[in-house]
Amino acid sequence: MDSRVPQAFGCWPEVQDKMINPEKAEEAKLKARYPNLGNKPGGSDLLRKRLQKGQKYFDSGDYNMAKAKIKNKQLPTAAAPEKTEITGDHIPTPQDLPQRKPSLVASKLAG
Amino acid sequence: MDKHFGTSGGVGDEIDEVQWCFSQVKGAIDDDVADADIISTVEFNHSGELLATGDKGGRVVIFQQEPESKNQPQCRGDYNVYSTFQSHEPEFDYLKSLEIEEKINKIRWLPQKNAAHFLLSTNDKTIKLWKISERDKRPEGYNLKEDDGRYRDPNTVTTLRVPIFRPMDLMVEASPRRVYANAHTYHINSISVNSDCETYLSSDDLRINLWHLEITDRSFNIVDIKPANMEELTEVITASAFHPNQCNTFVYSSSKGAIRLCDMRMSALCDNHAKFFEEPEDPNNRSFFSEITSSISDVNFSHSGRYMMTRDYLSIKIWDLNMETRPVETYQVHEYLRSKLCSLYENDCIFDKFECCWNGNDSVVMTGSYNNFFRMFDRGYRRDVTLEASRENSKPQSVLKPRKVSSGGKRKKDEISVDSLDFNKKILHTAWHPLDNVIAVATTNNLYIFQDKLN
Repeated sequence: MDSRVPQAFGCWPEVQDKMINPEKAEEAKLKARYPNLGNKPGGSDLLRKRLQKGQKYFDSGDYNMAKAKIKNKQLPTAAAPEKTEITGDHIPTPQDLPQRKPSLVASKLAG
Repeated sequence: MDKHFGTSGGVGDEIDEVQWCFSQVKGAIDDDVADADIISTVEFNHSGELLATGDKGGRVVIFQQEPESKNQPQCRGDYNVYSTFQSHEPEFDYLKSLEIEEKINKIRWLPQKNAAHFLLSTNDKTIKLWKISERDKRPEGYNLKEDDGRYRDPNTVTTLRVPIFRPMDLMVEASPRRVYANAHTYHINSISVNSDCETYLSSDDLRINLWHLEITDRSFNIVDIKPANMEELTEVITASAFHPNQCNTFVYSSSKGAIRLCDMRMSALCDNHAKFFEEPEDPNNRSFFSEITSSISDVNFSHSGRYMMTRDYLSIKIWDLNMETRPVETYQVHEYLRSKLCSLYENDCIFDKFECCWNGNDSVVMTGSYNNFFRMFDRGYRRDVTLEASRENSKPQSVLKPRKVSSGGKRKKDEISVDSLDFNKKILHTAWHPLDNVIAVATTNNLYIFQDKLN
């Protein structure tokens, strides 16, 4: 209890705290939503997640397939692929994989 | 009557209040932004004549300022596209099964030594030296081939001639001259060219390497903060920079809000700093968010070399290199976000990395914020202003109106409430012309150029 809080205020020290420090109020909100949140936000877990940013793929084939899917989504006017999308029904052969071409679309800043 | 400020330029000039005006905007208007079009870096060259941008799609676009026209001597030239090229491509790291993004993290210009321009561009793993050169003549009159390139039948050649150079339409070519690869296990966050113009440094989360521009197959590791046991990792490197005129000095900032200054004359490995800058924390103000918001996202020296500026999530701090104990100036960028930290943590915005920059004579500093707002702080006059980069204020030469965010309670007319800020509209990258009151401000996918009003 903070004895310096005048009783005339009639409020708890925590409320007094929130008035002075909005950050602490936000922290209380966060802890209320995520009670299992550890106390060390900058700890090694967060840092290690930062060191390994990016989505992990199973292998380069998986990566190329994902890239091709994104490309098809971004170019809806492209001709529909003759073969159906391969999503794991069978093991793809090299002929099934779409060729990955480098992106040659010019930047819109230069348009 | 909307007056705000900048600086009128050279030493000895009166520092007037200047008005910032819209000049140009580059990029698509539509709201549907492709990932690749997200601007990831903006940088003027040393004369300010060229302005380079990098994007998430690995592309670099360079704009060149047109010379002032004789008809309108008071008007600065526009920036038009000079060159554009694909700097980096996405790669796949086979050992880690991770994608290596082609996003350009940083562009740094080399000081110009001849007619060509050189810049370094980097993604997470690989740095490249690009040469941008102009070609305005070509040889014609070869003996063995036609001007269009087809080979002539040798039997038809009856006379011998000397090829001569003839003028042609200006062509700007970008070619990769050096590729500095495979030196970083972690993600490169900064590159910085040394004042000796021969070396540069590159830093990732845990290490800093020193390169010679001519040598691509070797670099010297000068800082290594990787702990023997990764479980003990508490701090990572967030940014680094060489001193502008002392070639032996560089600094690096950390996720804990500390800056270390190193002197390469002390030892080959600069794990031991020469100076350590950190502001002591007030234990009463400490919260769960303190360490995250104190992480430094950008560090850069003043042009004079006497000061350095750091940007953390909520503030800008100016440090005198002669004083390690605390910054000499602190500017709150968007203090009203303190009461929003919970949701900013949940939507990851608290991890946004804002950059900051100095004007040409170090009297004003600038940084971005949310809602496409950006802020300028005049160090001398202790004034600050909030401006907005938006298509609504994009009439040529229209003066920008200062913005104000109300943090609660009574909201005055023209003020914007914190709750209506758009946190998807972030200005992370800004740049200031080294010699003039011209600034480049990048929103998500547009580049705005503003300049001060000339009478």
